[in-house]
Amino acid sequence: MIFSAEEAVSAVRDGDTVLVGGFGMAGMPVELIDALIEHGAGDLTIVSNNAGNGDTGLAALLAAGRVRKVVCSFPRQTDSWVFDGLYRAGQIELEVVPQGNLAERLRAAGAGIGAFFSPTGVGTPLAEGKESRVIDGREYLLEYPIRGDVALIRAHVADRMGNLVYRKTARNFGPVMATAAAVTIAQVARIVDVGQLDPEVIVTPAIYVNRLVQV
Amino acid sequence: MSLSREQMAEIVARDIPEGAYVNLGIGQPTMVADYLRPDSGVVLHTENGMLGMGRPATGDEIDPDLTNAGKQPVTELPGAAYFHHADSFAMMRGGHLDVCIMGAFQVSARGDLANWSTGAPDAIPAVGGAMDLAIGAKQVFVMMSLFAKDGRPKLVPECTYPLTGRGCVSRVYTDVATFSVGPDGARIIETFGITADELINRVGMPLVSSPFD
Repeated sequence: MIFSAEEAVSAVRDGDTVLVGGFGMAGMPVELIDALIEHGAGDLTIVSNNAGNGDTGLAALLAAGRVRKVVCSFPRQTDSWVFDGLYRAGQIELEVVPQGNLAERLRAAGAGIGAFFSPTGVGTPLAEGKESRVIDGREYLLEYPIRGDVALIRAHVADRMGNLVYRKTARNFGPVMATAAAVTIAQVARIVDVGQLDPEVIVTPAIYVNRLVQV
Repeated sequence: MSLSREQMAEIVARDIPEGAYVNLGIGQPTMVADYLRPDSGVVLHTENGMLGMGRPATGDEIDPDLTNAGKQPVTELPGAAYFHHADSFAMMRGGHLDVCIMGAFQVSARGDLANWSTGAPDAIPAVGGAMDLAIGAKQVFVMMSLFAKDGRPKLVPECTYPLTGRGCVSRVYTDVATFSVGPDGARIIETFGITADELINRVGMPLVSSPFD
């Protein structure tokens, strides 16, 4: 269960879809991403809320040329120059997904839902090509799950089984991404013995977590 | 006199019901928090997973794990709760949020909202949570200047920019007037430093003047 960052990310293969937690830098598993850059896997599809900030974390992975496609809600920020440059140069694909649909599509993948109807995006350019249906007088769009080969998330404390608790708004996408990937790798600030976490406060049960890295 | 941004924020704050659960969009809507009375019982939601958000954090309070949707450091109030992103948007989509306040490029008389893209061919598309908020909150209020920098009205018969949501806006707060919008069209609620006739003339479309005007 407990790995070094290098060993943990060796699960990532060329061409994989990798779910990356975080909202901006809050909850971003920077050390796991650094290890992934070292590991060298490429042709990746990255699913994350943003497309990298500054020059570290996800931005560094993009700068290293390892990413074929980004699926995110908000790639355009004042400090997203790495993504901006690649996108304008036609060197990266982008799928923009409304933030709530992104979260729910990940949740659906983890919960075994085949697809779902969402009211978000009806009447907008993002509805193009999507099946729509009127249910009880309201229009909805059919949305499909987003499944990852690997999820890289950051939590606060884990026990040795892999039960996780998070800290404040750094929780964001971590719990849903943990459920949506074949292999979930969590970096945490601290690992405690089994029994040290109050079962009532565990947010991500260990069943969803495959590898732990303490940083 | 037209209203300052601060005065606009004060007017919006006045119209938020006591005890409401409210999401303030990034930018100008954030200023509304400064004018909420402490005893109003209004609870702020931030879509990155928190209810009970407090004021911006300063000095030692700054915690990189505690930010608002604009990724600025904030504080937590007693009674705050954290939750993951799917829950955060479920409470929005599920109709539990009373009011959402957003900026806009354009709003139509019918309440269509355009606030995520100007449709410029070289722009990088980025929508964030705007589409989810637009259709999720029970009421969507827009705060914006009524006229763009080039003088064109931003309250329009039909949005020409790509839509964020259809028929979702109920109230539009601007620097020169407050409007209600919806299936029956745009109605002037209040004007600031301009007469209703001047306003109708400058906006260039039919506006119903409220009987209290």
